[in-house]
Amino acid sequence: MAFFRSHVLVSVDPECLKRGALEVVDALHDELVAQGLNDEIQVLETSRIGDPVLFGPDLMVYPEGVHYACISADDVPYIVTEHFLKGRPVEKFRAQERVVVDEELGAPKPKEVRVVLRNIGKIDPNNIEDYIAEDGYAALAKVLSEYTPEQVIDVILASGLRGRGGAGFPTGKKWQFARQNPGDIKYVICNADEGDPGAFMNRRVLEGDPHAVIEGMTIAAYAIGSRQGYIYCRAEYPLAVKTISIAIEQARDLGLLGENILGTDFSFDLEVRIGAGAFVCGEETALMASIEGRRGEPRPRPPFPAVAGLWMKPSNINNVETYANVPQIILRGAEWFASMGTEKSKGTKTFALAGDLKNTGLIEVPLGITLREIIYDIGGGIKDGKGFRAIQTGGPAGGCLSEEHLDLPIDYEGLASAGSMMGSGGLVVMDTGNCMVDIARYFMDFIQEESCGKCTPCRIGTRRLLEILTNICEGKGQDGDIERLEELSGWIKATSLCGLGQGAPNPVMSTLKLFRAEYEAHIYEKRCPAKVCKALITYNIIKETCTGCTVCARNCPANAISGERRQPHRIDPDICIRCGICMQVCNFNAIEIN
Amino acid sequence: MLKQIDIPENDPVAVADRRALIDEILAANKDRPGGLMVILNEVQSKIGFISEPMQLYIANRLHVPVSTVHGVVSFYSFFTTTPRGRHTIKFCMGTACYVGGAPQLIEKAKQVLGIEPGQTTKDGAITLEICRCVGACSQAPVVVVDEDSHGRVRPNKFPQLVRGLTEPGGN
Ligand SMILES: Cc1cc2nc3c(=O)[nH]c(=O)nc-3n(C[C@H](O)[C@H](O)[C@H](O)COP(=O)(O)O)c2cc1C
Ligand code: FES
Repeated sequence: MAFFRSHVLVSVDPECLKRGALEVVDALHDELVAQGLNDEIQVLETSRIGDPVLFGPDLMVYPEGVHYACISADDVPYIVTEHFLKGRPVEKFRAQERVVVDEELGAPKPKEVRVVLRNIGKIDPNNIEDYIAEDGYAALAKVLSEYTPEQVIDVILASGLRGRGGAGFPTGKKWQFARQNPGDIKYVICNADEGDPGAFMNRRVLEGDPHAVIEGMTIAAYAIGSRQGYIYCRAEYPLAVKTISIAIEQARDLGLLGENILGTDFSFDLEVRIGAGAFVCGEETALMASIEGRRGEPRPRPPFPAVAGLWMKPSNINNVETYANVPQIILRGAEWFASMGTEKSKGTKTFALAGDLKNTGLIEVPLGITLREIIYDIGGGIKDGKGFRAIQTGGPAGGCLSEEHLDLPIDYEGLASAGSMMGSGGLVVMDTGNCMVDIARYFMDFIQEESCGKCTPCRIGTRRLLEILTNICEGKGQDGDIERLEELSGWIKATSLCGLGQGAPNPVMSTLKLFRAEYEAHIYEKRCPAKVCKALITYNIIKETCTGCTVCARNCPANAISGERRQPHRIDPDICIRCGICMQVCNFNAIEIN
Repeated sequence: MLKQIDIPENDPVAVADRRALIDEILAANKDRPGGLMVILNEVQSKIGFISEPMQLYIANRLHVPVSTVHGVVSFYSFFTTTPRGRHTIKFCMGTACYVGGAPQLIEKAKQVLGIEPGQTTKDGAITLEICRCVGACSQAPVVVVDEDSHGRVRPNKFPQLVRGLTEPGGN
């Protein structure tokens, strides 16, 4: 009888079959024969190993008891070489213990202070009693029983709270204007459009602590004298819409929304309105047009919303996070809030860390912290041992910052003076593998797609910028392009109707300022230093490293890779579309870029 | 104001139960301030698209010019005028996903399904789309299959993602 040193069990449960378990079995047989191991390793089919939905198709290797999850036929050659031939279990394919980890929001790191995020993950967002147990609605009760509307505004003014939606306008002042403008009907609006790519703080607040937003809005309504509010949430966030809608129902049931709140003569109610995928609707005047059921096109200000907002009535519009801060300020006092932060920017700010960092996810830190502390102390530094290249803040209207800005304390003024902006709080960190010209092109592509088309500088100017940037990336850049970009950027910034166009040139201007040499390399040397721009690079297979496992050839969308099994492969540069898939799928790191 | 247009016989306006659904949505929201957006959002999510005859029908029922309705439908990217496939696969092209490998993933999808983003497979099973940041950036690149988002999708895992959707009886 044959003696096998190892057994590989492959799960062939229906779910795993659907996901290609039989191909995995075939590939295993194939590869074992090819590597001469078929007398040593036995392949067996078994009904089920781990949870197929989570792990399938999965393999179990005995006697070691190693569990590999989500395996496809492409992974087999690598497993056979590494594990069965060299005896080194492949860590990256192993099934993780099924511990429920919240990938977006971990335990607070030492430099964090959680105010807005304090309840998230701790309370059940669908149960108002959980919120009440954490002093929920105590601020509203305090305001209704002890404060006049003017006193509420004074507290918010004294706290130094500034709008968290981007521009950083003092919230107390905004409320004061809305209060002072006469009118029987006034509206309170919450901007939950969160359109900046790379930002998801508002989503987590709505999904995890919806009542904090409702309570903040109700206090604002009391302060300015409003009876009706709207929460405008983007359609991409179905769970947030559902959670906040349930929360509104529950608040109504307990008399915390609706007529005569908490037995007083103050009445206020809320409605959720859903966007339909237009970035410009995050801009306040466009957002109000959208609530009114119209095309979400911005209009010039003044008149500001505090004078003539929704349906031309005085309105107050704030961001989700701005409102979520309010109950805490009322309860813990303006001095407490003002004790955190810098001279002009008080309190904490949530940020969404994304990109090439070790720890991505949500954080909340006191303003005034440095980028270095965020990237290295909280984010754990750049992943895969690469170097830091840039950090993008403020979304498409923000800018890129580089090494020299790492010790800049983050607040509204600091970021603006460095050529970027606070924005809503998305931080996308980029390592040395990112081409900054390509990043500028990416943002311009986004902006010209999202431009609503109402004003010419934004509609046509951003298109021209995109054309120039695309040419540079394609190796068709010409002498004078940099100057053209600069001049055009200046005009667009100065003459656009709304913040979308005014901020549109920022990514170009900031990268030009910090990474001019990269632009020059593209234009004058037809070279992409970061090896990203497709027209300026070629992919190549390193002969010595390639094992001929055929994964790249099978995954190449252009069929540009040829070679015999177990022989080094080669890429035909004339057919190659430079998509980079081969590099991503190669388990042996045998692909290089020149 | 009544424009003459041909209504295909399978248009929701011409199909009794579909039309009843539209009527129901209209009745519930037509007196709401700013109700047009709410109505269009509901119709899009319950019927899946808003055809020209549907736009005309809604305009007439609300007593507004059809140009108003069409203006709104064409402004927002979520509203579509043609039916989509039974399943929608959306690729996030937000910043984090862009730097995290979404472009490569889209190349792969084009190869596997033989269609470009914005198109539907011949059998009507799958529509490919590119979307804005879905707010799951820490798991880039993100692919949303119908309502479920999948994070950290590598190009060679993409076929597994679609396999269940293309098979007959796949739901
Ligand atoms: C193009 C554009 C997009 C915007 N997107 C958002 C957004 O997604 N969320 C947000 O809160 N503010 C956004 N704003 C800012 C709003 O216009 C407005 O300043 C903000 O809602 C005010 O709230 P705050 O004072 O609490 O910051 C955007 C502005 C512009 C010009
Ligand atoms: S960038 Fe893709 S989820 Fe945010």
